[in-house]
Amino acid sequence: MISGFRFKFRLFVRKVMNVIGLSICSLAGVLATAALCLVVGYIVKNGYQAVNWKLITQGPTPIGTEGGGLRNAIVGTLVLLAVASCIGVPLGVLAGIYQAEKAGKFAKTVRFLADVLNSVPSIVIGLFVYAVVVIPIARMHEGNGFSALAGGIALSIIMIPIIMTATEEILKMVPRRLYEGSLALGATRFTTMFRVIVPAAKAGLITGIMLAVARVAGETAPLLFTAFGNVTFSVRLDKPIDSLPLSIFYNATSPYDYLKSQAMAGSLILMMIIAVFRLSARLTTRKSKMA
Amino acid sequence: MGIDRSQHSQPRAPLSRQSPLRSKNSKLLAVDSWYGFLLLCASAVVLLIILAIILEIYLQSRQSMHTFGAKFLTTKEWDPVDEVFGARVFILGTIYTSLWALLLAIPLSLGTALLLADIAPALIRKPVGFLIELFAAIPSVVYGMWGILVLVPWLLQHVETPISESQRWGRFFLFDAAPNGNDFLAASVLLSIMVIPIITGIARDVIRAVPQEMREAAYALGCTKWEVIRKVVVPCAKTGIVGAVMLGLGRALGETMAVTMVIGNSPDFSLPLFSPGYTMPSVIANEFTEAPSPLYRSALMEIALILLVVAILVNGAARLMVSLTSRRFRRVIA
Repeated sequence: MISGFRFKFRLFVRKVMNVIGLSICSLAGVLATAALCLVVGYIVKNGYQAVNWKLITQGPTPIGTEGGGLRNAIVGTLVLLAVASCIGVPLGVLAGIYQAEKAGKFAKTVRFLADVLNSVPSIVIGLFVYAVVVIPIARMHEGNGFSALAGGIALSIIMIPIIMTATEEILKMVPRRLYEGSLALGATRFTTMFRVIVPAAKAGLITGIMLAVARVAGETAPLLFTAFGNVTFSVRLDKPIDSLPLSIFYNATSPYDYLKSQAMAGSLILMMIIAVFRLSARLTTRKSKMA
Repeated sequence: MGIDRSQHSQPRAPLSRQSPLRSKNSKLLAVDSWYGFLLLCASAVVLLIILAIILEIYLQSRQSMHTFGAKFLTTKEWDPVDEVFGARVFILGTIYTSLWALLLAIPLSLGTALLLADIAPALIRKPVGFLIELFAAIPSVVYGMWGILVLVPWLLQHVETPISESQRWGRFFLFDAAPNGNDFLAASVLLSIMVIPIITGIARDVIRAVPQEMREAAYALGCTKWEVIRKVVVPCAKTGIVGAVMLGLGRALGETMAVTMVIGNSPDFSLPLFSPGYTMPSVIANEFTEAPSPLYRSALMEIALILLVVAILVNGAARLMVSLTSRRFRRVIA
């Protein structure tokens, strides 16, 4: 038998351990959150000071001359995202529908490989697109082959597995009886999917797509060898194009103070673009839940 | 799993041949078979992309493989002028920064995950959970910019200089180098800040997947909250937590921009944290567009191949571990 004193002592020790353990976890939480808030706070504060109308509407000046802005980069990022979405969304959604409709060996293999694709480092995707898109174009035409199209393809390769997984999961949440009811009425599979299932899952699909776009908007590494960057204004798909992540990279590593403040402004704008996509994704889902 | 279509598929076709609606039906069925073909094509594209990535990177690196063979992994030199290339420095640099980053990030993120899953009141859980999600969405180049403008000067002034000037610690093997700011320490700290939201998010979901009944049973036996966490929750979620950490490792290994901006980019590896180094992704990012010779580019492609294989293995193992935990408790972790 444990004597009264020893029991009380042990209880005391356990209570102390409880307080210590919980405090350590709380401390970790405070530290982690504080460190991350420090990063965001710094960018928001300094970025806000650096952003102005001129910065958004002007292109860059020759290096070393004060002034200039991020117009090319902002437009370039939007062009790249549009190209990436044009390629990535249809492929990702269709592949996701395939996953939801069929459950064979092929479907399982594709899903496994999509997971593999998801874990490929983004710089390797950049190298791949350089090898299969940039080099052949450079061989066929004059110039170095870097293009907005290549950048968009690189980003779309990152998007496809994300959209595919999201589509599959959302379609599986649609009740089966909708599918069966539609087929029982004599509708084809095609009609069933695009007139019944997809409308029912629309909000979720849009959310998945928005999140995928937000995810690739900040990718830098795959653009280094594909979109390459461009000091002149361009929206042409066959020419190199500037983008916000690339301009942040080059400006932040440059020795000039005015370029560093442009990098901070660019970071703020980039984060706001990402926030807009993520927020609209959240709002779409919320609205559909209320309906 | 999925929408099962086996009852509705091909057996209909022969019936329609006898029906008066034959022409209409066959048109509709034709639409369906085209539709099925379209879906199949999209899936095939996904399959082809990943196979093409592996094949193309392999083909591009063959020249380097022929020239250097297996020695490529162990050769120290990285000499573009004499065209002698070896990946050892970069492999070690990648492992070294990732390990330090995990060492810093694991206690912080697991503590935060436990806080968010078990300890904190609901009032704190939601906003902090939202913040963690937000931080995971910040692009790496933005972290890199913060690193270059804030972290590097701060570490140099408040950590590296005092330590290397102190009599007691200055000669310790981890600190025995002239501090210059852009070094392994900066890269590791920055990487740890970047992987904290990832590990925290997944570890929290894994910990939440542990059934509430198990916690309640432990409370009923008289356990304190800490004992419930230490003796019930953590052992149950162990595999998944290791998976979460490995996903963080996968992210750290492939991280390019932020590391490139703060690690100093010198093809050299030494243990002191204050010495500049290089990692596999950052050498590719820095040197590929300027590499003049095919052999040089091929050597960089071989580094990409090593990185690719390692990343696939680490991420695969991590996903398996996370899904094992969720399957054990029949909960889906997003």
